[in-house]
Amino acid sequence: MAMTVELPALERTDAITPPASPARLRRYARPALGLLLPVGLALFWEVWVWLGYSNGRLVPPPTKIFATVMELAKSGELSRHITATVTRVAAGFGLGVVAGTILGAISGYWGLARQLLDPTVQALRAIPSIAWVPLFILWLGIFETSKVALIAVGVFFPVYLGVMGAILSVDRKIVEVGRIFRLSGPAMIRRILLPAVLPAYVVALRVGLGLGWMFVVAAEFMGASEGLGYLLIDGQQLGKPAQIVAAIVIFAILGKTTDWLIELASAPLLRWQDAFGRQSGAA
Amino acid sequence: MLALDRVGKTYPNGVHALERFSAEIRPGEIVAIIGGSGCGKSTLLRAIAGLDRASTGTVTLDDVTITAPHAKIGIIFQEPRLLPWLSVADNIGFGLTDLPAAARREKVARALARVGLADKAKAWPRELSGGQAQRVAIARALVPQPEVLLLDEPFSALDAFTRRDLQDHLLDLWNDTRPTLVLVTHDVDEAVVLADRVLVMRPRPGRLFEAIRINLARPRDRTSPLFENFKRHVLTSLDRSLDRNVPDADPKTMAGEAMWW
Ligand SMILES: Nc1ncnc2c1ncn2[C@@H]1O[C@H](COP(=O)(O)OP(=O)(O)OP(=O)(O)O)[C@@H](O)[C@H]1O
Ligand SMILES: [Mg+2]
Repeated sequence: MAMTVELPALERTDAITPPASPARLRRYARPALGLLLPVGLALFWEVWVWLGYSNGRLVPPPTKIFATVMELAKSGELSRHITATVTRVAAGFGLGVVAGTILGAISGYWGLARQLLDPTVQALRAIPSIAWVPLFILWLGIFETSKVALIAVGVFFPVYLGVMGAILSVDRKIVEVGRIFRLSGPAMIRRILLPAVLPAYVVALRVGLGLGWMFVVAAEFMGASEGLGYLLIDGQQLGKPAQIVAAIVIFAILGKTTDWLIELASAPLLRWQDAFGRQSGAA
Repeated sequence: MLALDRVGKTYPNGVHALERFSAEIRPGEIVAIIGGSGCGKSTLLRAIAGLDRASTGTVTLDDVTITAPHAKIGIIFQEPRLLPWLSVADNIGFGLTDLPAAARREKVARALARVGLADKAKAWPRELSGGQAQRVAIARALVPQPEVLLLDEPFSALDAFTRRDLQDHLLDLWNDTRPTLVLVTHDVDEAVVLADRVLVMRPRPGRLFEAIRINLARPRDRTSPLFENFKRHVLTSLDRSLDRNVPDADPKTMAGEAMWW
């Protein structure tokens, strides 16, 4: 009985909504769905602590974390730490990308170079990168250089592998099209190879950036006076969990934002890819 | 004149793919090459295109020996091989980089209209149907106005209806500038409807078995008894080419046929 009353009402809402609305709804509904769990948990914890079921000392409620962030921001501490970390990541990422791209391209392009270079690189890759830390400190000192070097090492390998693999898997059939039109070596690289490897290169950059963020934490653990990693260690030593969680949240925001920037910058160049590929790539 | 003089090919792995293949193809002629799978048709075409070098013998176009891709020789493959990152129009203009942009645009526009895809100029290759993509490939190969156009089973991935449509379309395009066409096919119907001459090959090692002239005026009626006759002739020849008991034709008469022109 209740059904028969409700149904016409539902139909009417459908008729009123403009045709574009369902698509728009879906576009916002998907990220909103993803936010449901973390926001729900945060809210739950906030209420739980507020009701006094927990003192929230070890796991601070969201308002406390937010207050910590604001406090750090007001004193100018926050921007100092963020700048330090972002600078390190940028320098290490830049170095790692340049080295990985050049060596990866050489290995991918020339068989002889690949035979000479690749086994060594693969062997080095098998070493957990953190194992380099003591050596880097001995060689490069405790300050910025060794930190940037560690990040660069982390970024280098995925970029190297990505570029080499992408060049090796360029479709021979497409290269033949270039040969038929008698492209010169440089023209072949510019007009066939570069566009063909670009999608895989963007993926490699994103993976490399992710590792860069990972390694900056390790680098800042090994003795730093500023940076988000320092905030983590400081929070641990002085027993300030809110500061730790705040640093983690900022890491997450920075990591996601920089990844999104790469995606945004490459999007116009990858418009030709299948919509399906793009969707799964972004997801 | 495109001249194949005793072209042979042995691949590095020892496969003897082609042996002493000779033929002379006059400008504007349409030649179909037909034969069982693995009898060296693609090998031959790639040697003419300059993509792979013949192990023995020579390919010459107007007395220039072909050892690398040549500006006057174009090729269309079984797959369209469009560059996925270029629009349809840019794909067609891919080989025209020495032209000023305006002239290139005009040529591309004309070629697009000629293959009936003017409305797809800005589309990406992935947005085309198989037949449309192959049309674009044909336009891309024809727009630099090659003297010789090689086609390696260009329509074999298409459905029968689209295939016929494109065969007629190819003839129509051929009529514009009358390039030499060398077409590899598995389809007897296609060979007889398009070709002035059908070269039947036999395998292991790949070699010429029989050359059949198709003396039929164009446009050809696929249902006429004469057409059927030629088809039967080609089919019989194909059957015999695969029969190991049938000896190779006398090289002298083969040479005579090649010199027919
Ligand atoms: N790159 C290669 N390396 C070694 N052997 C090859 C190579 N390409 C072709 N062959 C061999 O040479 C022979 C002729 O091959 P080809 O591709 O020319 O045949 P085809 O007549 O085009 O056959 P299909 O009708 O199936 O396309 C085959 O036995 C094949 O295995
Ligand atoms: Mg073949």
